[in-house]
Amino acid sequence: MSANSRITWRQQLIGLAFASPFIVGVALLLVIPLSLSFYYSFCHYTMLTPPIWVGTKNYTQLLSDHAFLRSLFNTCLFSVISVPLALAWSFLLALLLNAPNRLRNVYRTIVFLPSLLPLVATAVIWRWMLSPMHGPVNFFLQFPCHWVGGILSQIALAFHASPATVHTLRHLKPPLWLADGKWAMTTIILLSLWGVGQTVIIFLAGLDDVPLELYESAALDGAMGWRRLRYVTLPMLTPVIFFNLVIGIIASWQIFDLPYVMTHGGPGRATLFYSMYLFEAGFQQLRMGAACAMAWVQLIIILLLTTIAFWSARKWVHYR
Amino acid sequence: MSIPGQKHSVMLTRRLLVQIALLAVAVIYLAPLFWMLDTSVRTEHQAMTQLPSNTGKAIQTLLIPYPLHVGNYRKVIESPFFKIQLYARNTLVIALLVAIGSMLSASLVAYALTKLRWHGRQILFWTVLASMMLPFSVMMVPLYRIYREFGWIGTNLPLWLPTFFAPPFYIFLLRQFYLTIPNELMEAAVIDGAGPFRIWWRIMVPLTRPALLVVGLFSFVASWNNFIGPLVYLTHQRTFTLALALQFFQTRHGGVAHTLLMAATVLVVLPIILIFFLAQKTFIRGIATTGIKG
Repeated sequence: MSANSRITWRQQLIGLAFASPFIVGVALLLVIPLSLSFYYSFCHYTMLTPPIWVGTKNYTQLLSDHAFLRSLFNTCLFSVISVPLALAWSFLLALLLNAPNRLRNVYRTIVFLPSLLPLVATAVIWRWMLSPMHGPVNFFLQFPCHWVGGILSQIALAFHASPATVHTLRHLKPPLWLADGKWAMTTIILLSLWGVGQTVIIFLAGLDDVPLELYESAALDGAMGWRRLRYVTLPMLTPVIFFNLVIGIIASWQIFDLPYVMTHGGPGRATLFYSMYLFEAGFQQLRMGAACAMAWVQLIIILLLTTIAFWSARKWVHYR
Repeated sequence: MSIPGQKHSVMLTRRLLVQIALLAVAVIYLAPLFWMLDTSVRTEHQAMTQLPSNTGKAIQTLLIPYPLHVGNYRKVIESPFFKIQLYARNTLVIALLVAIGSMLSASLVAYALTKLRWHGRQILFWTVLASMMLPFSVMMVPLYRIYREFGWIGTNLPLWLPTFFAPPFYIFLLRQFYLTIPNELMEAAVIDGAGPFRIWWRIMVPLTRPALLVVGLFSFVASWNNFIGPLVYLTHQRTFTLALALQFFQTRHGGVAHTLLMAATVLVVLPIILIFFLAQKTFIRGIATTGIKG
């Protein structure tokens, strides 16, 4: 079977037959739904009555929909902060878990396990962990808060701050987490770090692939510690960082389970995310046309960001 | 791994720092699971009373559930609002079908992409890559409508049938593995007169077994954990999956019976934890290959 020989009809048919699950799947589960969704995005559609063409109204109305704009802003904020944070955190964890250690595999298991749990369970468990009155997080935080508050109030006193400021500092309390509109987003971002196990595993595999000779020659050149990390490990890992970055961007724009179960978007709209509002508009308010328009905007945002990532990759990703 | 040119004392200090950091990380990652177990074996009164002001006593009550109260598990299993046997069966049926469907169909397509010669396979590969990026939300509304026409809303069909049409991520994963298998093995079988289906079933499936296992495990766990799918498509409580039922259980109890909620959560995550410990190596190898050769 030489590479240049002509492909016979039989070969072509066999190839198509084996690929047919995906080809049929693309037609039924991709092309048809995508076209329908595109069409609906220009329609008033409740699913109870036939769609009525309304032009670009669904799209223009998004611009004046405060809940939509808030969900867009929230998701942007989440993505911009949580993606780099999760990358840095999982890289740090991978470095720690790569260090020689007798219990290395035990630690790896501990970090990896939470990433396999259903997000609904993660949300339910952490809601209870963060309960302001009965949860262990705030119980243990009250001690450092007490010390730090004491020190800060002394400093404030020395600088002649207002009595009110001194009072709040002296009685510094741990945050109310999900119940506080100012903290809820931070909480969701921090919680997403609990499930980075799979990213860590990918980093660890990348670290495993760095040739030992590179470290040895770096040592001969006198590069140790931070310099070795900066000039040997990081450049060698850029393909893995890039992979995790792209996956992270795509996933962050689709975050749903965690905030849906933990806060339902609240308090107020502090944790209303894009996919949640889309689901709400479509399946609770029966504005299916608007939901489709939102989905297309979401798709375009994701495509745009991935394209930018791929384009920038030429500048910073080193393929061997 | 010993690195030349490093002083012994520096190495020791660094090891100690790493050890401390690892311990802290382990506590952060384990604490929620511990707290879940801990709450699930307390009485509601124990879980909800204010902690004593004496720090030592408070930590003691916080960490050691005494006396052990196992009754929560019985209450959850017997609860009319959380019919766990039913939900577990629903979830298991869907997850098994998803695993079978993904393994079979993705294996066929990966074989066509790597070992068969035909026009259009390059285009097909790009389609696989592109469709991996599509968010579920774009398809959500029209799929709902299509399934409604078929009368499938409220049944589990929308949750597993699509996986028989080769989910792109699993095609990609298997393709990576198929590429490492030498063509000579196949050519020998061709000379022996074996047809393509026989070659796939008798040679390729056994050879790719480790990767198939990864696909089976990943798809099983993904299905077990799936929340938005059941939320959209399942309408009757008797068809619910565990993840969906847990969310319902939480809203029903509205922050009242945390002990029961935690016992229910333990029961929901236990199978996943068991599977993980049975197949830890397969999971880790599978995730590692998705990132490296991609």
